[in-house]
Amino acid sequence: MSVVYGILLYGVAAVLLCGVGYRVVRYWRTSAPLKIPTTPAPVTRGGVVLRMFREVVFFESLFKGSKWTWLFGWIFHFALLLVLLRHLRYFIDPVWGWVEWMQPAGVYAGYGMVFGLAGLWARRLMVDRIRYISAPSDHLMLVLLLAIAGTGLLMKYVLHTDIVALKLFFLGLLSFDWQPLPTDPILLLHLFLIIVLALIFPFSKLLHAPGLFFSPSRNQADNPRERRYAPGAPTR
Amino acid sequence: MNTKSEFAVPTLKEYPQIPVIQIGAMSHSKPFVAKAEHQQPLGFPGELVDDWQQVALRKMEELLGKYRALPVFLDSCVKCGACTDKCHYFLGTADPKNMPVARQDLLRNVYRRYFTFAGKHFPRLVGAIDLTEEVLEDWYRYYHQCSECRRCSVYCPFGIDTAEITMAGREILASVGVGQKYANEIIGKVHKLGNNLGLPGPAMINTLEGLEEEIEEDIGVAVKLPLDQAQADVLLVTPSADFFAEPHVDGLIGYAKVFHQAGISWTLSSYASEAANFGIFIGNYENMQKVAQRIRDAALELGVKRIVVGECGHAWRVAYSFWNTLIGPFDFLDPNYPVPQHVCEMTYDLIQRGALQFDRERNDDKVVTFHDSCNVSRASRMGNIPGGQFVIPRALIKAACNHFYDMAPETIHEHTFCCGGGGGLLTDDLLELRVKGSVPRMEAFKRVVEDHGVTHMAAICAICKSQFAKVFPYFEFEMDAIVSVHQLVGDALQLGVER
Ligand code: SF4
Ligand code: SF4
Repeated sequence: MSVVYGILLYGVAAVLLCGVGYRVVRYWRTSAPLKIPTTPAPVTRGGVVLRMFREVVFFESLFKGSKWTWLFGWIFHFALLLVLLRHLRYFIDPVWGWVEWMQPAGVYAGYGMVFGLAGLWARRLMVDRIRYISAPSDHLMLVLLLAIAGTGLLMKYVLHTDIVALKLFFLGLLSFDWQPLPTDPILLLHLFLIIVLALIFPFSKLLHAPGLFFSPSRNQADNPRERRYAPGAPTR
Repeated sequence: MNTKSEFAVPTLKEYPQIPVIQIGAMSHSKPFVAKAEHQQPLGFPGELVDDWQQVALRKMEELLGKYRALPVFLDSCVKCGACTDKCHYFLGTADPKNMPVARQDLLRNVYRRYFTFAGKHFPRLVGAIDLTEEVLEDWYRYYHQCSECRRCSVYCPFGIDTAEITMAGREILASVGVGQKYANEIIGKVHKLGNNLGLPGPAMINTLEGLEEEIEEDIGVAVKLPLDQAQADVLLVTPSADFFAEPHVDGLIGYAKVFHQAGISWTLSSYASEAANFGIFIGNYENMQKVAQRIRDAALELGVKRIVVGECGHAWRVAYSFWNTLIGPFDFLDPNYPVPQHVCEMTYDLIQRGALQFDRERNDDKVVTFHDSCNVSRASRMGNIPGGQFVIPRALIKAACNHFYDMAPETIHEHTFCCGGGGGLLTDDLLELRVKGSVPRMEAFKRVVEDHGVTHMAAICAICKSQFAKVFPYFEFEMDAIVSVHQLVGDALQLGVER
C-alpha cells in the first residue's frame, strides 16, 4: 500500500505541475492584442497589483456581484488556506513555530470549509439560475471537496490515525527514503480523494486559480493614451 | 404614439426583480442574416460554407491562439452564478441563455468538446457538446442578444467578459458565412464611403450648410461647421448620426458652439466622417483597423494638430483604448492634448479654464438625468483619474442645467445598464429584444421621473440616443425625452460674451 500510494503521489504531483505549467505557459504565450481592462481600472502597474491583491484576497468583484456566493465562497477558500497551512506540520521537521501556533485555527477552518461548501452547494441546488448552468461535474466537484473535508474531520475527531507514522511517510517521500504508510481505511480514502482532486485540477474549472492572474480585464493598466500598447496585430 | 407591437411589452415594476427562468423565451429572436454582398467586401464567405463545422473549429482554434482572453475566460469560469442576474437581456426576457455564463457556455461547451481533455473523453460529465447545426443556430440567436456591454464582467470574480466571447462567436459565425446583415452592411458602407449612413461628401456639405443657416436664424450668431479644412487645429470625428437625426444633430450644434466660443479652429472630414466602428461589434480586428485607419489618414492629410471624438460610446472605446494600438503612434499630433480627446473632455477643460460661460436658466424647462453608456463606463476613461468618465459628463450637465438628478446608484457608473440597443443590435429586426432589454434602464428612469420629476435623459452615445428615442414610447415616455449632453451645453452656452 505504501508503494502504491507513494507512486500515486509522485505521479499526481507530476501531472499537477506539468498540467498547470502547460496551461500557464500557453496563457503566457498567447497574445493579448488589445487593451481591454474593465474600467474604471487602475492607471498604473502598481494600481493593477493592488487591484489583483483585492481580487485574490477579498474577492472584490464577487462581493459586488453576489453577497451570498461571496460569503460562502470566501469562507471556503480562506478556510482551505488555513487547513493547508495546518497540514504543513506533516511535511516539515521541526515544525515552524507559527504553524504550531495556528493549529487550532486550522481545525476550526475544517468546519469552515464544510460550511462554505455546503452553502455553495445549497445555492447550486436551490437557485434556479445556478442550477441551470451547473453540469454534473460542478456538483461532483463540491461532493469531492466535501468528502475530503469530511474524512479529514473524521480523522481528527473519531477515527484517529497514526500521525507520527504518517509524518514519517511524507518526510520519506520528500527525501526519497520510503517509509511505511499507516493503512487505516479512512486515511487511505482521504489521501485518495486528494489525489483525485489534484488529478482533475489541470483539466477543469479549478484552473480559475491561475486563470485569474491572466485575465486581461483585470490585469491590464488603463493607460492606452499615455503609453502606446503595441503587441502587434494578433498572430498565432 | 406607436405602442402597438407583435410582442407583449413588459410592464415596468416598482422595484427590480430577478425573473424566474423561462427556457426558450427568446429562441425566436434573430437578426437578418447578411447577404453575400454584405459578407464578401469584409472578407467573409457569402453563404454557409459546405464544411462549416471544420471551418468553425479551425476559426475557433485560431482565435484561441490569438486572444489570450478567450482560453482564460473559457477555462476559468467556476459557474458561481454571480453574473446570472446582471444582464439586461436576461432581466428583460427571462431566457436563461441570456444569462452571461450561459451565453459563454454556448461556446465553452463546444470548446471543451474539441479542445480539452475532459470534454473529449467525458463530455457528459462536463457538459461538453458537439458542434451541430442546432448549436450554430443558438450561437446566431444568442450572440445577437448580447450588446457587448461588459456589465457582467464587473461582477465576475475572474473578470470574465462575455463581450469577448460574443465577439469571438460572431467572428466564427461570419467566417462560416452567417454574418449579421445590419452590422456587416454598415461596415461595408464605411469602407466605401467613410460613414455608416453611406452619406457621400456632397450630401455632407449640404447638411452642414443647412445647419449653419439654421443656427444663425436661431440665435443670430454665425457658427460654422467646417468640412475638409486643411490646417485646422482640430479634426472632429463624430458618429454620422450627428449629421442628420434628432436628437443627435443638436449635439453636433452644441460642439460647434463650443468650438466657436472657444475660438478653436476645427474641421470635419468627408473622408473620415464616422467615429463609429462596427468592426468591434463583429469582433474582427482587421475590419476594425481598416475602419480606424481612415481617421489617421484624414488627420495626416488635413494636417491637424488634435483629434477630438464626438459623443459615441463604442466609438470612444475604440478611439480611447484601441486607436493608439491600431493606428498609432500619433507622434504627428500636439502632445499637449490627450490623443484622442473626447469632446466632453475638451469642453470640460475649457470650462475649467474659464473659457465658457453659461446661462443655466435657459435649460430650466428641463429636469435632467444622465445615462452612463456602457462602453464609456466600463471600457474607457475620460480625464486623468479612473472614473473620470462618470465625473466629466455630469459636470458638463451641471454647468449647463440647474436641475440634475442621478438614477439609482446600482444602475449608474460602472453598474450602468445598457440602453438595450448596443453592440450592433440597433436594428428593427431585433425590436422585441431591444424593447425588453431596455427594461432595467426604463425602470430606473421611471423612478427618477416619479421621485424627482425628471423630464429628460441626457446621453453621450449615438446608439443610446437612437435606442431611447425608439423605445421610450413603448413605456409611455416622450420620444424626445432623450437629449445629447452637448445639446444642453450648447443651449446654455453664452456666445459672443467677453472671454
Ligand atoms: S456583455 Fe452585457 S449584454 Fe453581453 S452578456 Fe454581459 S451583460 Fe449581457
Ligand atoms: S460570474 Fe464569472 S465565474 Fe461566475 S458564473 Fe459568471 S462568468 Fe462564471
